[in-house]
Amino acid sequence: MTPIVSADVAVVGAGPAGLAAAVAAAESGAAVVLVDAGAQPGGQFWRHRPETVAPEQDGRGHHGWPTYLDLRARFDAARGRGRITYLPGLQVWMAQQIHPVQGDDGGFTLRTTPTAAVAALEASVGSQTVVARRLVLGPGGYDRQLPVPGWDLPGVMAAGGIQAFIKANGILPGQRFVIAGTGPFLLPVAANIAEAGGKVLAVLESSSPTAWLPHLRAAAGVPEKALEGAEYAAVFARHRVPYRTRTIVTEVLGTDHVSGVKTAKVDAGGRVRPGTERVYEDVDVVGFGWGFTPQMELPLSFGIQTRLDADGSLVGVVDERQQSSVPGLFLAGEVTGVGGATLAVLEGLAAGTAAAGGTVSPEKTAARHRRFAEAMHLAHPVPPAWQDWLAPETIVCRCEEVTARQLTDARESLGARDARTLKSFTRAGMGWCQGRVCGFAAACLGAGPGSAPTVESLSGSAKRPLAAPVGIGELAALETSDN
Amino acid sequence: MNSASDVLVIGAGVIGAATAYFATQQGLTVTVLDKGLPASGTSSACEGNILVSDKELGPELELTRYSLGVWHGDLAEHRRLWEFESKGGIIVASRESSLASLNRVMAAQARYGVVVEKLDPDTLRNAEPNITPDALGGARYPEDCQVQPMLVAAHLVRLATDAGARFVADTPVTGFLRSGDRITGVRTPRGDFSAGSVVNCTGTWAGELAALAGVNVPVLPRRGFVMVTEPLPPMVHHKVYAAEYIDNVGSSDAGLQASPVVEGTPSGTILIGSTRERVGFDGTVSTNALRLLAGNAVALFPFLEHVKAIRHYHGFRPYCPDHLPVIGHDERAPGLWHAAGHEGAGIGLSAGTGKLLAQALSGQAPDLDLSPFAPARFGERKENSTTHREEATA
Amino acid sequence: MSTHSSGETWSVNTQGAVNVSFDGRPLVAVPGQNIGAALVSNGITAWRSTRKNARPRGLFCGIGVCFDCLVTVDGEANQRACLVEVQEGMEIEGSCADRGGRA
Ligand SMILES: Cc1cc2nc3c(=O)[nH]c(=O)nc-3n(C[C@H](O)[C@H](O)[C@H](O)COP(=O)(O)OP(=O)(O)OC[C@H]3O[C@@H](n4cnc5c(N)ncnc54)[C@H](O)[C@@H]3O)c2cc1C
Ligand SMILES: Cc1cc2nc3c(=O)[nH]c(=O)nc-3n(C[C@H](O)[C@H](O)[C@H](O)COP(=O)(O)OP(=O)(O)OC[C@H]3O[C@@H](n4cnc5c(N)ncnc54)[C@H](O)[C@@H]3O)c2cc1C
Ligand code: FES
Repeated sequence: MTPIVSADVAVVGAGPAGLAAAVAAAESGAAVVLVDAGAQPGGQFWRHRPETVAPEQDGRGHHGWPTYLDLRARFDAARGRGRITYLPGLQVWMAQQIHPVQGDDGGFTLRTTPTAAVAALEASVGSQTVVARRLVLGPGGYDRQLPVPGWDLPGVMAAGGIQAFIKANGILPGQRFVIAGTGPFLLPVAANIAEAGGKVLAVLESSSPTAWLPHLRAAAGVPEKALEGAEYAAVFARHRVPYRTRTIVTEVLGTDHVSGVKTAKVDAGGRVRPGTERVYEDVDVVGFGWGFTPQMELPLSFGIQTRLDADGSLVGVVDERQQSSVPGLFLAGEVTGVGGATLAVLEGLAAGTAAAGGTVSPEKTAARHRRFAEAMHLAHPVPPAWQDWLAPETIVCRCEEVTARQLTDARESLGARDARTLKSFTRAGMGWCQGRVCGFAAACLGAGPGSAPTVESLSGSAKRPLAAPVGIGELAALETSDN
Repeated sequence: MNSASDVLVIGAGVIGAATAYFATQQGLTVTVLDKGLPASGTSSACEGNILVSDKELGPELELTRYSLGVWHGDLAEHRRLWEFESKGGIIVASRESSLASLNRVMAAQARYGVVVEKLDPDTLRNAEPNITPDALGGARYPEDCQVQPMLVAAHLVRLATDAGARFVADTPVTGFLRSGDRITGVRTPRGDFSAGSVVNCTGTWAGELAALAGVNVPVLPRRGFVMVTEPLPPMVHHKVYAAEYIDNVGSSDAGLQASPVVEGTPSGTILIGSTRERVGFDGTVSTNALRLLAGNAVALFPFLEHVKAIRHYHGFRPYCPDHLPVIGHDERAPGLWHAAGHEGAGIGLSAGTGKLLAQALSGQAPDLDLSPFAPARFGERKENSTTHREEATA
Repeated sequence: MSTHSSGETWSVNTQGAVNVSFDGRPLVAVPGQNIGAALVSNGITAWRSTRKNARPRGLFCGIGVCFDCLVTVDGEANQRACLVEVQEGMEIEGSCADRGGRA
């Protein structure tokens, strides 16, 4: 029988949002359970080497490390007091609402399964079922991708994936890098590579610095971002990292591994400017990042109200206490809008406090960070013409190996125009990753050239009734009676 | 008013798509309306089995065999469009009692002309090496086959439009147009559409549509969950299901039932379907359904215990209380036709249903007697006011 | 199987060694590394081939989202190399077609 852990507040995710939520809820007097797929706290932003082999870490390559250390100390203290039960190494595969019965206001159930079913892992715990009156979801997100010819070659990685690799392992995944896409996040990735001894041949940004001009006020509201920017500029100067704007990778070269990239200049709409092509040779890692996609399947499984954020991502609607349209369900971090770790912490603190029944006062800092995030999204859009970069044979769905031609054919001859119908007709999004990687691109292709996907199309692709793969044997052993 | 056509098909699931395709082939002018896109209803939340093996003797088996002929005949030239595959079904009995019922069913089916081959434990294990060691025997049905249902609906609509039909997406029918007693068209937010014949192919929603025309067609939803595994090398070679499944298909029990139909797919995933349960249009995930599916699948194929599910989905089968579809002209509302209520067999039955209905719509005697499926079996028409008197059927 | 030059170590303490095997061949990894990093730093950057076009794959998302990096670990198929930490004696296998369950 799966053990059941009960609490006042359950939190999913031990990234900046979830960690802060767990700490705040515990400090407000609630009994908390924190479930996280990772083996140790930190999430994506504060991912670090395993504490088992590197107990004292100086936070090199991390921003906001003191904030992490502070949260971590409070987290450890609350665990010590028995206020937080920490369940690492478990993925929530399903979250459900318990319907209120008389004398009881319902709550939430989380079903979990080990992230890695490997016996040799000491940390590996068996599946647990979590039951709580309130739920805070802080599942974060992952790099948003736009397919381009050759992006399925080994050596091509998500920009965040390179960052995660470096932070978790303390080594580099190669030697000669090109980092491309859009957004300020490309900077810390390139800076970390350079500081760790890698050669960054170029950082290619599809947008232009002038795109920031209309948003200077919002930028000025968050001076620490300017400081960070200056730091990266210094690193880039020290390591002579070229930063090229209005430039994209048009093709990744190589047969069985990346060997180089073709690049070109683009206009403001993302259309390639003929005659600006250039080749970088001898590249062994290409990192792509087009912003982030919030991980929405758990929030969506409750049927919460959603909206499109300024970056075109599907996010959850929350009130000032971070409560979603479902009472008792709170969201924090990327799932309420991609806005960086500082904002995720502020949201997590508010969500945790509110979930524990405490009072949350409106946060000026959070508002400033939200304005900054919006300005950042507007200055670094997905280039409207990106679909023109695809060749007919470019793989869009990496798992099921569905090409751009198959998707456009399904749109043009079979009338598919949203991610769900495209999936039905072509299998794009039906494979191992369940459309996490291709979902945004497929939704764009459904909308047609130059168009952005709708809320409906993005929700269709982000609904995943199983939020993680789960063993059939485990399902068979579920003890349950749900009415 | 949109331009009039001979036939107006409401619903672009497999049934409406096949009806539109064959009506166009008959030389009729056809308009198809759907509140969404092709295959946005149950036809995209099911499996694509075309099963002879699970049918009881009677009109449904006759329709199945007729339909099979259409898949292999009229539609054969398009088979690759919808991934038609003849892999055959195997029914497995793991209990003495179910082996006895299976033997009885087999004998009756064989008398009826169904191709079926008895499997002793050894031949069964040859055909399905990973089957449970508990299996006592089984039966093989080489005629069982499958299609990709979403592609069937989408391509039949496209083939129909290539041949002159008109498809209008995002157009829910909200009422009927009448001239006297006669149904002469439909009302939609995109205006009125008039037609010589209006065909209700709205699957699980067919009862609601019929009510708009003032007639009783009691189609109800019967929920089913399907589970999909991680991609694997070929481990399951046929559509394999347990003998107990046959009893569930015809059952009217509202409670949750499941017996596994396990099958490998070309993409490597294994489909495990499906539960049957009458809970209205309730879309919440049922942990009980998942547990039951998983448990039964493991009992049939023990290796599945260590395999992961990566996805599940559910749909609502359109069923009538007597478990027969409703196909044909509705005398209670002249001009209105129905093709709905195919329950768990609509994909397989679509080809035959569409062809027979098209024959009837163009005034021919259909190849198969449709009277067992007549809408009027549900009694007199009821009064209803959601129809619109039509001033002039231009 | 495609091999490539490995990345160099950063200024962190990477002392000690973990012995693992990849497709039967012994590899030395650094304690605390995940399998993906252990393979890449041994020059192995692709260890899986796709079902349809038999294309090579290795790490992509780096955080457990894309499932491109699947390996069999101690007989347990389809584990994400980017999420599993190496342990002494671990037997790692790449997959040339998707394998499931216990291999
Ligand atoms: C790969 C990657 C690297 C990044 N690196 C940087 C960087 O270097 N600098 C920077 O400024 N920003 C970086 N970002 C952005 C940064 O992660 C976010 O701004 C910030 O971490 C968001 O915090 P969060 O708490 O919302 O989510 P996250 O930090 O993503 O934390 C979410 C946590 O929830 C867990 N989780 C998700 N789903 C489940 C589930 N179903 N069951 C159990 N647990 C689950 C995840 O494993 C994770 O631990 C990166 C993002 C990614 C994807
Ligand atoms: C889990 C499960 C497994 C199944 N497995 C199989 C199988 O293996 N083999 C098999 O043969 N069958 C199977 N079935 C049954 C099969 O799916 C159905 O019988 C079949 O899809 C019904 O098709 P349809 O065209 O009648 O309905 P639908 O596909 O539901 O089409 C009806 C259409 O009508 C439209 N519509 C509804 N109301 C309106 C309106 N007011 N105006 C305009 N349009 C409207 C809808 O949008 C929809 O597109 C299964 C069903 C389920 C649930
Ligand atoms: S690299 Fe994407 S899951 Fe491991």
